[in-house]
Amino acid sequence: MSETAALNMQDIPQRQLPEHLELQRTRVFCKADAPAHISKKVMGSTACYVDVQKESKLATDDLKDLITEDVEYSGGYAGIGFDNSLQVDDFRRDFKVEIKNLSMDVIEFDMIGIDASLANAFRRIMIAEVPTMAIEKVLIVNNTSVMADEILSHRLGLLPIEADPRLFDFLSENDTPNERNTIVFKMEVHCKRRGPRLAVKSDQLKWLPNGSELLMESPNPSTKPRRFTSFSCSQASLPQISGRPIGMKHLDIIITQLGPGQSIELEAHAVKGTGKVHAKWSPVGTTWYRMLPEVKLLKEVKGNDAEKLVKKCPKKVFDLEDVGHAMKKAVVSKPRDCTLCRECVGGAGEENIALRRVRDHFIFTVESTGALPAEVVFTEAVKILEEKCERVISELS
Amino acid sequence: MEHGSLTDSRNSTFSLMDEDHTLANSVRFLLNKDPRVEFCGYSIPHPSENKVNIRVQTTGDSAKDVLKESFQDLILVCQHVRSTFEKSVADFKSTPSHQEMNGA
Repeated sequence: MSETAALNMQDIPQRQLPEHLELQRTRVFCKADAPAHISKKVMGSTACYVDVQKESKLATDDLKDLITEDVEYSGGYAGIGFDNSLQVDDFRRDFKVEIKNLSMDVIEFDMIGIDASLANAFRRIMIAEVPTMAIEKVLIVNNTSVMADEILSHRLGLLPIEADPRLFDFLSENDTPNERNTIVFKMEVHCKRRGPRLAVKSDQLKWLPNGSELLMESPNPSTKPRRFTSFSCSQASLPQISGRPIGMKHLDIIITQLGPGQSIELEAHAVKGTGKVHAKWSPVGTTWYRMLPEVKLLKEVKGNDAEKLVKKCPKKVFDLEDVGHAMKKAVVSKPRDCTLCRECVGGAGEENIALRRVRDHFIFTVESTGALPAEVVFTEAVKILEEKCERVISELS
Repeated sequence: MEHGSLTDSRNSTFSLMDEDHTLANSVRFLLNKDPRVEFCGYSIPHPSENKVNIRVQTTGDSAKDVLKESFQDLILVCQHVRSTFEKSVADFKSTPSHQEMNGA
């Protein structure tokens, strides 16, 4: 009989993993103390537990507390004939998205059937690589307020601008600012001499669709002075912008305060950029994910113990259920609310509860700053990852 | 962009400029799930250099082809994520509870 590798044996039905290994593959275990990395001692026994079934129980009991890492290698379970590889078609079959909540600025959704490496790639791109428009240059004509020019400029830079960044180009070093890559705002505020102090809010920034109104100083007085931007037409007349005028996303952000007699006059130029250069270009306040918590009662918890358990949980994950004869038992009613604080597994009754996380179920939250709707931030992030791949493929060919 | 042994196409290290964990970790995951790959891993040699090295060792195929196919798979995965997500958003927006919430 010729030898064949386990993965190549076509006629043998693909075996399921034993239950404890399947759990280990798809769940993260949370015990009373923090999950630790796999120790050398246990590492030694992993090689044998795949083959020797009778030893496996002992080895995995140690492992359960220790493994947080996934077995990613496609041949990781080859010894027992389980194919751990991933085909795109299988991914297509199993992948699911469930929207839980959607408003203008926030989206919460579940992404099921994806690995943490990809989920994290989307998160990283949303924070650092999805472009938006933000104020990058401030030309200060006059500033007699108590706030220094640089601090004022920094505060202006952080204001979210309601302009679709997809309609603009990046301004590179040698480009001249034009209507395709720059948005110009003007601010002129003065606080009256005998009046109260004045709070300068973001609504004071007025959009200049025709570009900069300030003239550059030229070394040669005979030449005609140039402006800081060279717009060939008004931005308001561009077909993609005309419907939605550009402005500040929030009109009530306090930028500074002026005392009687003080004034500010400036022009602010916004350009396209990404969050990895400066956080002001990040389209999200933040975005995060967590793995779906899974709370299981391994034994029935009744009577006094049940009431204690319900009280222990600060997130009210457990509930009481009548089982007749004036007896109550604990049930897991809201596992999704669990923060894995591990209050329930500390102390007595620890062995009754299994706290786990589902490895391939991610609860994503995206909080947009307002430049793009939250759901668009996510789709843009996925597109950027695709573009990255295309770039590498073209360089490899 | 590619270095390593010129005689042995099975094992190669690829050096990608202007990339970081975002792309390298995603493609490392897909490479690990490919049965043709014997070993793969990535490293960022220095945190202030925008560069990642991806090591691919295969059981016989050319490492370059395997890496390229992994990137192609990553594109397919992304396209599927995007279409599934867009469909879910569209479905959610058409549900009555969502329309009520937004006063439509």
